[in-house]
Amino acid sequence: MALLSIADALKSAIAEEMRRDPLVFCLGEDVDIPGGMGGAFTVTKGLGEEFGYERVLNTPISEIMLAGVCVGSAMMGMRPVADLQYGDFLFCMMDQLVNQAAKMCYMSGGKVHVPMVMRAPCGASNRGAQHAQSLEGFFTHVPGLKVICPSTAYDAKGLMKQAIRDDNPVLVFEHKLLYGGKRKEKDAISTIGEVPEEDYTIEFGKAAVRREGKDITIVANLLMNYKALEAAQILEQEGISCEVIDPRTLVPFDYETVVNSLKKTGRLMIVHEDNYNCGWGAQLGSWIAENQIFLLDAPIVRVATYDTPIPFSPVLENYVIPSKERIVEEARKLMKV
Amino acid sequence: MSKLPEKERMLGMYRQMYLIRKYEERIYYLFLEGIMPGTIHQSTGQEACAVGMLYDLRKDDYMASTHRPAGHDLAKGVTLTSMMCEMFGKEDGCCRGKGGAMHTGDMEVGALVANAIVGGNMPISAGVALAFKMMKKDNVIVCFFGDGATNEGAFHESLNAAAIWKLPVIYVCENNLYSATTSIALTCNKPNPAADRAIAYDIPAEVVDGNDVLKVNEAATRAIARARTGEGPTVIELKTYRHGGHSRNDACQYRPKEEEKAWFDRDPVKNFRSYLLSQKLVAEEELQTIEKSIESDVDQAVEYAQNAPFPQIESALTDVYWEGK
Ligand SMILES: Cc1ncc(C[n+]2csc(CCOP(=O)(O)OP(=O)(O)O)c2C)c(N)n1
Ligand SMILES: [Mg+2]
Repeated sequence: MALLSIADALKSAIAEEMRRDPLVFCLGEDVDIPGGMGGAFTVTKGLGEEFGYERVLNTPISEIMLAGVCVGSAMMGMRPVADLQYGDFLFCMMDQLVNQAAKMCYMSGGKVHVPMVMRAPCGASNRGAQHAQSLEGFFTHVPGLKVICPSTAYDAKGLMKQAIRDDNPVLVFEHKLLYGGKRKEKDAISTIGEVPEEDYTIEFGKAAVRREGKDITIVANLLMNYKALEAAQILEQEGISCEVIDPRTLVPFDYETVVNSLKKTGRLMIVHEDNYNCGWGAQLGSWIAENQIFLLDAPIVRVATYDTPIPFSPVLENYVIPSKERIVEEARKLMKV
Repeated sequence: MSKLPEKERMLGMYRQMYLIRKYEERIYYLFLEGIMPGTIHQSTGQEACAVGMLYDLRKDDYMASTHRPAGHDLAKGVTLTSMMCEMFGKEDGCCRGKGGAMHTGDMEVGALVANAIVGGNMPISAGVALAFKMMKKDNVIVCFFGDGATNEGAFHESLNAAAIWKLPVIYVCENNLYSATTSIALTCNKPNPAADRAIAYDIPAEVVDGNDVLKVNEAATRAIARARTGEGPTVIELKTYRHGGHSRNDACQYRPKEEEKAWFDRDPVKNFRSYLLSQKLVAEEELQTIEKSIESDVDQAVEYAQNAPFPQIESALTDVYWEGK
């Protein structure tokens, strides 16, 4: 076992896959300039030295090209792992991702596939509205894309390896406040955790139960999973027992683990930093309503970022994004229903 | 402003450059002390670009900036206090705390909210210019962008549109040789990433020493005249250099030391100061008085901003849609 931050776990996953398979390569703006940062969050720092700058491509600032080069090279059998610096720039490459990458396999009648990985740092961190969004829900709406969101070092490594080996386009949402690398972010959470030295992968579509409980099922991803765990601790002292589930991947989604939990609790709360309207919680909530409504003893509650762009001012940012206090309050209300 | 006597013009430019220098310096230390939230991309070293380009714009002309906006905003006339308040996320900020360091601006003085998407301000500027043309106004817009932005599709699409429609827009590339940590030489085969490509779109282009405020101002004068009289766009590529890292988190260890030294010796503020003295346009004591007063303005702005109230938290939910005044 090694003790790694998420940033280092991702790095070791990419490096091991590059050692294992010569077709894997990584690319992006500033991915690894000697003396530079290694992407915006240190993940790819040092890879150029080991693998050479033919396999670690520092690209121009050209997001359409970046995504398109992934699509084209992947169709020819390469396995690109691209770094976007900030997930907000996904919108700069929408055509190549959504009209091209996501549809190639289908449009060709299953004759081509696009094994590419797009890494998108997400989450609010006092940088203002264009460097803050949590877009994972947005992309769950696109058939043909897989969407994953690791929140621990163990998951980051196992899921990243799985993403690189997957034969489809995979979007990886990595939370800025969870990297835990050398780059210090205000309000960051330390994610240093045990990661096996030997090769392992984590299957997509398998949620993790982070805490067991019997009164409320809380499904929360990325940073919000940590806030839900903090809230669960407070609620426990009040006699409210929360089961906290981390979906880990949104497409595919593990409904079964949620259903099994609801069989115990009968109460569902969904927490995400993505905003409320049509976030991934809306999908989960309606799926439960459609398929398992009789498991519910109370209405479903969604705690999400309010439907605004992310404001800069720390007081405003803290207000629009779900806090542990808001989770606690909503949980208390839910127990009174 | 161009009608001002020589000395006043020169001192006016120096004042603005010195203000930008001191503003960025104070912010740098406020960040280091952990007092200021967020991140920051500073324009120290690039003051002559902002001041030279914008000095002769009218108040009702426009300017569009980037993730590195402070110099541009101050030169366009956004107030020091409202800038500083925005940096602290305060209600009195130019964007009422909602924008932050990468989105400062003020429509009252023709400074569009700065754009943190590289290249994002370029099509918008073409649109602003198109509106001027369609509404038969003689206004112009100056759109700033970096060397790195020239590799975005948005750059190419905007230049082409500006050319075919002869739009009153001046596209100003501040070529500081790096996009974040990447040397422009690694990402563009041409020595002048903006100017060399402008030619392909049939737009006249100039390459200018961006550390010489007077040279920048002369190029600006030509381009503004062209735009105002309906002759269409100009591309100006300013060779310059940032003195610090790309952003707060960048220790800047990828630039050759000799290159840094050569550029630091060509400090636009210090050199313009020496020039003013050598031309006997102003006496040393007068400059010192000006500098002291600017320093005290910056101190006061910091003091004001630190004590100013945060926005009411409920205000986070307003302004998502325009609700009228
Ligand atoms: C579309 C987009 N891609 C990437 C980034 C991340 N980013 C911010 S600034 C920057 C470098 C910009 O370089 P340049 O255009 O030369 O401007 P400079 O920072 O040198 O002023 C990058 C890559 C971004 N903000 N927007
Ligand atoms: Mg640059």
